[in-house]
Amino acid sequence: MTTTTLTPDTGAEGVAGAASLGRLRWAVADSLTMTWRNLINYTRIPDAIFFSSVQPVMFVLLFRYVFGGAIHIPGTSYVNYLIAGVYVQTVMFGSVSTSVGLAEDLHKGLIERFRALPMARSAVLAGRTAADSVRNVGVLTLITVVGYLVGFRVETNLGHFLLGFLLVLFFAYSMSWGFAIIGLSVSNSETAQLAAFPVLLPLTFASSAFVPVAAMPGWLQAFAVNQPVSQVIDATRQLMLGPSPLWSASNVWVALAWSVGFLVVLAPLAVLRYRRAA
Amino acid sequence: MPERVAVAAYDLVKVFHSKPEVRALDGVSLEVATGTVLGLLGPNGAGKTTVVRILSTILAPDSGHAAVLGHDVVREADTVRRLIGLAGQYATVDENLTGSENLRMVGRLTHMAKKEVLTRAPELLEQFGLDDAADRPLKTYSGGMRRRLDLAAALMSRPPVLFLDEPTTGLDPQSRHDLWRVIEELVRARTTVLLTTQYLEEADRLADRVVVVDHGRVIAEGTPPELKADLGTTVIELTLPDTVTATRAAVLLHADGAKVPVLDGSIVKLTVENGPKVAAEALRALDQNGLTVAGLALREPSLDDVFLSLTGHRAEIEAEAGDGDGGRHAEERSDRGPSGAAPEERGRP
Repeated sequence: MTTTTLTPDTGAEGVAGAASLGRLRWAVADSLTMTWRNLINYTRIPDAIFFSSVQPVMFVLLFRYVFGGAIHIPGTSYVNYLIAGVYVQTVMFGSVSTSVGLAEDLHKGLIERFRALPMARSAVLAGRTAADSVRNVGVLTLITVVGYLVGFRVETNLGHFLLGFLLVLFFAYSMSWGFAIIGLSVSNSETAQLAAFPVLLPLTFASSAFVPVAAMPGWLQAFAVNQPVSQVIDATRQLMLGPSPLWSASNVWVALAWSVGFLVVLAPLAVLRYRRAA
Repeated sequence: MPERVAVAAYDLVKVFHSKPEVRALDGVSLEVATGTVLGLLGPNGAGKTTVVRILSTILAPDSGHAAVLGHDVVREADTVRRLIGLAGQYATVDENLTGSENLRMVGRLTHMAKKEVLTRAPELLEQFGLDDAADRPLKTYSGGMRRRLDLAAALMSRPPVLFLDEPTTGLDPQSRHDLWRVIEELVRARTTVLLTTQYLEEADRLADRVVVVDHGRVIAEGTPPELKADLGTTVIELTLPDTVTATRAAVLLHADGAKVPVLDGSIVKLTVENGPKVAAEALRALDQNGLTVAGLALREPSLDDVFLSLTGHRAEIEAEAGDGDGGRHAEERSDRGPSGAAPEERGRP
């Protein structure tokens, strides 16, 4: 099909043969193309990048200086305790953009065009979640640098720090498939944003993100200790700060299990939702 | 090449389970011969877009089947997707990407060779007069430019079959004529085109055959000359000074044995076999009865006349007032919301 004169019959047979070859290779290539497209989208809206970076920086600075003196964490400083909380809270809030971005693509008709292309069905979602992970690397790095400037210090070693960093990224990646389902299910991008918050707020605030759960009433404590966001935050602390009475190595395994579980359940559901979305 | 069917649809039915339930397609069949243009003509909500969405594998029909170059659009959807290009009235392109980036994205997703993507994109941008805007994000494009880029994207992989869903709706006359010329060039290169339109002039100019749909059914089919011939060979338009006189003239001419005259404001229209003779008789009859004729025109019937006689309503007026009946159409695209309706000709520099 490279010549100007078109001969439909040979064209049809030629591509039909190619279709059976390397499906997986194309799925990866298509996902990379979609990732590229979503990343360009981020760079074309620089003010969105700016303001989504301001928020985590404000969280680090405000919590560091407002609560820093009032909350005492056994064995470490409040800013050390805080950083893991801001990491996870930021990637959770950031995953709203997965919902919003997909809702926009869907309602602007872009997904309609993608459906008529021979691309892999999973690539729209895989490209979106991958691009959001790349963005998360940037935001987490920024939080780390600002944290370092106001006193955050890793108490284990670089290897463990990186493991913690990767754990947060992996958890965010798994969760973004859930936010993809929200984005594909609502009627517009504004609603996507509103729909994401009832999921986000209890998970991020009824958690060990900013204060030890011991201060919460008993019924809330039971939820806050066991819910996945707290598990990931405490696991990150374990990896970056070492053992403490407030968290332990078991948090790491539980956090990993949650992340794998979410991915295994949510990703196929999201693809199914994508296939059915009008 | 032997003449054969490139696109075929048999008895397509599609019901949207909304409230109220909408029967968008109620048994539509059509065929497009290889290398020809089929114009799918009808008012908003007639089911045109639903046909295109089924043929381009976006939507599965409830019953009936359809094939592109012999490949079933449901069972062999992936193969069909390699053979078609789709461009629509909503100009589905990424606003934040540049023109060139949009084309490269579509090229890669169509699984073209990398080298070909890089040569084909600039080639199309030049062909569509967008080379100056190639590196500007789409949000700076005017409506006409977006539409051209959308069509360019559909042509990236040189598909042998092209679906154009109301490609010129909402465009200014200049942009519309530009787009028509492009489509005519494609047809010369033996591309098979299925074109939906509300504009009879568009179908008249571009289509080899026309299928008229209304309320999810095919109500007429043929070449534009055939459809016009069904109506008579000539349309006589008599302009009277006012509507009252026109009404009197219409009654008089009806009694005089001519075909039933159509009254359109102060104009009386007669569709007849022998134009000049009937016109002369009509003028004489009106003169004898003391009615002054302000203007006289003889012309070929247009598809507009055909549509009027087939459906009892005008295609374009219906389309504009379409919000009521257009619930059907709105339903087809209810997922899109107001943001989906591409603003036309924003005309930014």
